Amino acid sequence: MPHDHHDHDHPHALLPPDPALRVKALESLLTAKGLIDPAALDVIIDTYAHKIGPQNGARVVARAWADPGFREALLEDATAVVSKLGFYGRQGEHIVAVENTDDVHNVVVCTLCSCYPWPLLGIPPGWYKSDAYRARVVREPRAVLAEFGVTLPEGQSVRVWDSTAEVRYLVIPQRPEGTEGWDEEALLPLITRDSMIGTGLAKAPA
Amino acid sequence: MSAGVTEPVFEAPWHAQAFALAVHLNEQGAFSWPDWAEVFGAVLAEHGLAKELDGGDDYFLAWVTALERICAQKGLAEAAVLADLKARWEAAYLSTPHGAPVKLSDPV
Repeated sequence: MPHDHHDHDHPHALLPPDPALRVKALESLLTAKGLIDPAALDVIIDTYAHKIGPQNGARVVARAWADPGFREALLEDATAVVSKLGFYGRQGEHIVAVENTDDVHNVVVCTLCSCYPWPLLGIPPGWYKSDAYRARVVREPRAVLAEFGVTLPEGQSVRVWDSTAEVRYLVIPQRPEGTEGWDEEALLPLITRDSMIGTGLAKAPA
Repeated sequence: MSAGVTEPVFEAPWHAQAFALAVHLNEQGAFSWPDWAEVFGAVLAEHGLAKELDGGDDYFLAWVTALERICAQKGLAEAAVLADLKARWEAAYLSTPHGAPVKLSDPV
C-alpha cells in the first residue's frame, strides 16, 4: 500500500495544537471588538519572559540582609518597600515578607490556583503549579521539602503560607554563615528563586 | 517535583499568548484579578478530577478554558462565536502555503 507522504514537506502551514487555535479565536474576536491591543500582548509577553524574574526578589532579599533598617521596613510593609524599588504591578498589589529564622522555616503555596509574587519572582515554575505540590506541601511539608533536598533541623518548625489573589508572600531565607560583612552585590548570587519560595535555602558561600 | 532552575518561562507560544490575554484583559478592566483567580481555580479543580495536573501544558489548557469562561460570563465572547472562529482559523492554516502568513479569509 502506498504511503501518503504529504506531511513530510508541509504543503500547508503547520496546524497549531487545539488550544493554540482557541487562543487565536479569542484574540481575533477580542481584537475585532476593540477590547484588546495585540501590540500590548507582545509587550506583556516580553516583560514576563525577559524582564521580570527572581533577580528582582533576590535584590530585595540581599538588601534586607545587608541593611537592618531596610529589613525592618520590609517586614513592616513589604508592598510599599518593594514598590519603591520599582517592583510592582500584577500579582504584586499586596506582598508580605516572611523571614526564616532558627525557629521557623516558611514555605509558600497557592492551593486555589497559582498566585505568586510576579513582580519579584516572575512566572512560577511548573512544579509550583502542579497538583502534587499544591496539595502535598500543606499536608506534609517536610516530606515535600526533602524532595527538594531541604532537610530542616528538628527544632525548626515549618510554616506554610497559602497565597491568594489578594496576598502574596516572599520568603526571606536565612543568611548563610560565613557571609558576615558582605555587601549587597556579593550576597546577591547566593539567593535562589526556590529559597524565596521556601523550597530551597540560600546557597552557602563557595 | 524537582527544583529545576533553567526551565523556560513559557514552553509554547500559545502559553505566552494565553497568559498575556488574561493580564491584558485585567489591565483593561474586563475583570478583576480575584474574579480571574476564582474562575481559574474552579477550572483547575475540575480538570484535576480527571487526572493529576503537572503544572505544564495542562496548566495552560486550564488557563485557556478559564479565559473562555470568564469572557463568556462578562459578555465579551460567546462560545458559539469562538467555536466558529476556531474552525475558520483551522481552515486558514490548512489552506495557507507553508511559510506564508496565516490570515482569516474574511474579517472577524
